[in-house]
Amino acid sequence: MVTAITDRQQLAYIAGQAADARVNVEIETEGMTLNMGPQHPATHGTLRIVAKLDGEQVIEAAPIMGYMHRGYEKLTEVRSYPQVTTLINRIDWLGSFANEVPFILAAEKLMEVEAPPRAQWIRTVLFELSRISNVMLFLGDMGVQLGALTPVFFAFRDREHVLNQIESVTGGRFHPNFDRIGGLKDDLPKGWIEDTKAVMEKVRTFCDEMEDLIMGNEIFEARTRGIGVIPADVALSYGMSGANLRASGVDWDLRRDRPVGLAWDEVDWKVWTHPDGDSFARYWVRLQETREASRIVDQLLDGIPAGPIMAKVPRIIKVPAGEAYVATENPLGQMGYYVVSKGDLVPFRVKIRSASFNNISIVPWVMKGVYVPDVITILASLYFILGDIDR
Amino acid sequence: MSDTPTEEPTAAEPTDAAPAAEAPAEDAAPPAEPDPLREGVLERLAAELGDGLLESHLSPGDDLWVRVALSSWREAAAVAKHDLGCTYFDFLSAIDWLPSPFGRDMDSQEDLVTAGADPTATGSTDPAGIEWGVAGGTSRFQLLARVESPTEGYGITFKADLDDAAPTADTWIPVYAGADWHEREAFEMYGISFVGHPNLRKLYLPGDFEGHPLRKDFPLLARRVKPWPGIVDVEPMPGEDAAAEDAPAEDAS
Repeated sequence: MVTAITDRQQLAYIAGQAADARVNVEIETEGMTLNMGPQHPATHGTLRIVAKLDGEQVIEAAPIMGYMHRGYEKLTEVRSYPQVTTLINRIDWLGSFANEVPFILAAEKLMEVEAPPRAQWIRTVLFELSRISNVMLFLGDMGVQLGALTPVFFAFRDREHVLNQIESVTGGRFHPNFDRIGGLKDDLPKGWIEDTKAVMEKVRTFCDEMEDLIMGNEIFEARTRGIGVIPADVALSYGMSGANLRASGVDWDLRRDRPVGLAWDEVDWKVWTHPDGDSFARYWVRLQETREASRIVDQLLDGIPAGPIMAKVPRIIKVPAGEAYVATENPLGQMGYYVVSKGDLVPFRVKIRSASFNNISIVPWVMKGVYVPDVITILASLYFILGDIDR
Repeated sequence: MSDTPTEEPTAAEPTDAAPAAEAPAEDAAPPAEPDPLREGVLERLAAELGDGLLESHLSPGDDLWVRVALSSWREAAAVAKHDLGCTYFDFLSAIDWLPSPFGRDMDSQEDLVTAGADPTATGSTDPAGIEWGVAGGTSRFQLLARVESPTEGYGITFKADLDDAAPTADTWIPVYAGADWHEREAFEMYGISFVGHPNLRKLYLPGDFEGHPLRKDFPLLARRVKPWPGIVDVEPMPGEDAAAEDAPAEDAS
C-alpha cells in the first residue's frame, strides 16, 4: 500500500461516479503507523518520520531528528573566532561558503571592522556560487523524488562546473573555510572571472533544461500542484524563510532588504515570488532564483573593484564585548548567528539560527491529511539539509 | 518624535529596576542618530506592556533589544505580532550567563597544571561574577527570542530573566506556532520548562540523556581529557615578531 501512487484526478473521477450512482464508497480502514527512515531516500541526511495513517491518508506526522546532532553551539564556546568557521561551514554542507559569511559578519560587526570592497564583492560572488551549486541539486533531486531519474544526472553533471570554480578559488570543494574576519583568505586566481562566466552560461542552460524536462511534465504538475499548500501567515508564524517563504507569496529577501556588508545592492536583480504556496510554487521559485543568481554573478564579476582583500585586523582576534545578530539569505533560507562576546578569544555564546530547522518545523502542520506519496513530494519541495536542522 | 534628546527618556522611562546600569551604555554611542522607526516601536511596546518592560537597548538604524518581566513574556509576543507587525518568528533560545570555566580558561588551567600550579585558583563558577550583555539582566538564565517584521524590515530581540533554580516560562506557541521546536530545544539544552507546551520532549538527544549540554557547568569531557590542539593557532608562531602582526596580507590586490 505504501508504493501505490494515488492519481488524484482518477480518485476524484471515481468518487464522482460513485456519487452519481449513489454507491457508498466508504471503506473500512484501520489506523497504521508508518516509519519512514531514519535513512529514507527522500531525505538529505538522516531524518525519520513517524506517520500515523488512516488508509492512505496521513493523520499525523512526527519528524524525529538528532541523528546528526554535533553540538556546534557548545563547541563554538571553546573555539577561537577564526576556528569557528571550520565548524559552521559543515552545517549546510551543500552551501558551505554561505554558512561562513553571517558568522564572520557578526564578528566584524562586534569588532567594528569592515571588509574592503573587493573582498565584499568576491564574498558575494562565492555566496551566490554556493547558492547555485546547492539549489541545482534540489532542481534535479526533486525529479528523483517524483520518479524522474534524468534530471538528477544533469544536476550532478552541471553542478560539477560550479564546484570546480569554488574549488579553484578556495581549495575546497565542500568546505572552503575561505572567509576571514576582515576579508578573505586569498584573491581570485588568474582567468577565473572568464571561466566563471562560461559556467554561468552552463547554469542557465541547465535551468532551461529543467524547465523543459520537469516544469512542462504533466506527471510533475499533477503531483505538485495544490500539494502541501502553506499560506503566508502560517509560513511566517513558523519562521519559514528563503524560497519556501517566497513561494507562499511573501516578498522578503534579505539580499535585497538587508544587504549588510555584501554587494547585492550594487547589481540589478529581481526577487521572485509565487502566490500558490504549494510544492510546485517552491520548485518554480527556486528555478527562477537559480537563473537570477547566475545573472547576479555575471554582473558582480563585471564590476569587482580593485584593492586589498583584507582589512587591518590583529593577528590574534579578540572580539569586544557585546551582542550582535546577523542573518543572510542562504540557499536554504535565512541563516543567522546571534553572537554574544565577553571580549575573549572565544565566543561566549553563539545561537545558530539555521534555515531548515524552522522550515521543517512546519512538517507536522503541513502533513495533516495528505496522501502517502505526497509526503515525499512535500519533503522534497521543502528542501532541507539535515545538518542544518540538527547542527 | 525623532528628536534626539527625547530618545533617552523614552527608552529609560520604564526601566525603574536598574536605571543606572544601562544609561552609560546608551550615552556612549556618540552621534546618537535618530531612528524614528525603532523609537516608535519601543514607545508602543512601553505603552502596551507598562511595568512589564524592564529595560531596552536601541542601536540606531540597526537593532532593538527589549528585556521584559517574565510575567509579560507571552504578552510581549502577542503585542509584537498583533500590534507591531512582527509576524515572522525568527528564533527562541536562552543564554547561560555563568562565567565559563570550560572556554579558553580551561586550556590555561591545563597549562597551569602541567606547570604544577593549583588548578582551582582560576576559572570560577561563582554566579557573583556574572556580567550581562545588552538590555541587562538579573539572573543566570535568560530567555532570548527574536521576531521580525518582513514588511517594515526591523526585528526585536526579547529577553526575560528566569528563575535560577527552576527556570520556567510561558510558551509562545499560541502566538508563534514555530516556537514549538525552539522551546523543546531550549528545554533539553538548558532545562527550561515551558508552561502550556503540549509536547515538551527532547528534540535531539536520546530520551535517557542526563543533564543540559548548553549550560555552562556541563562539562565538555573531550576537552578535559585532552586540551584542544588548535590552541596553537592563536599563539604567535615561532619566529614571528610584532612587526609581522601589524601588516597582514596588505599587498594582495
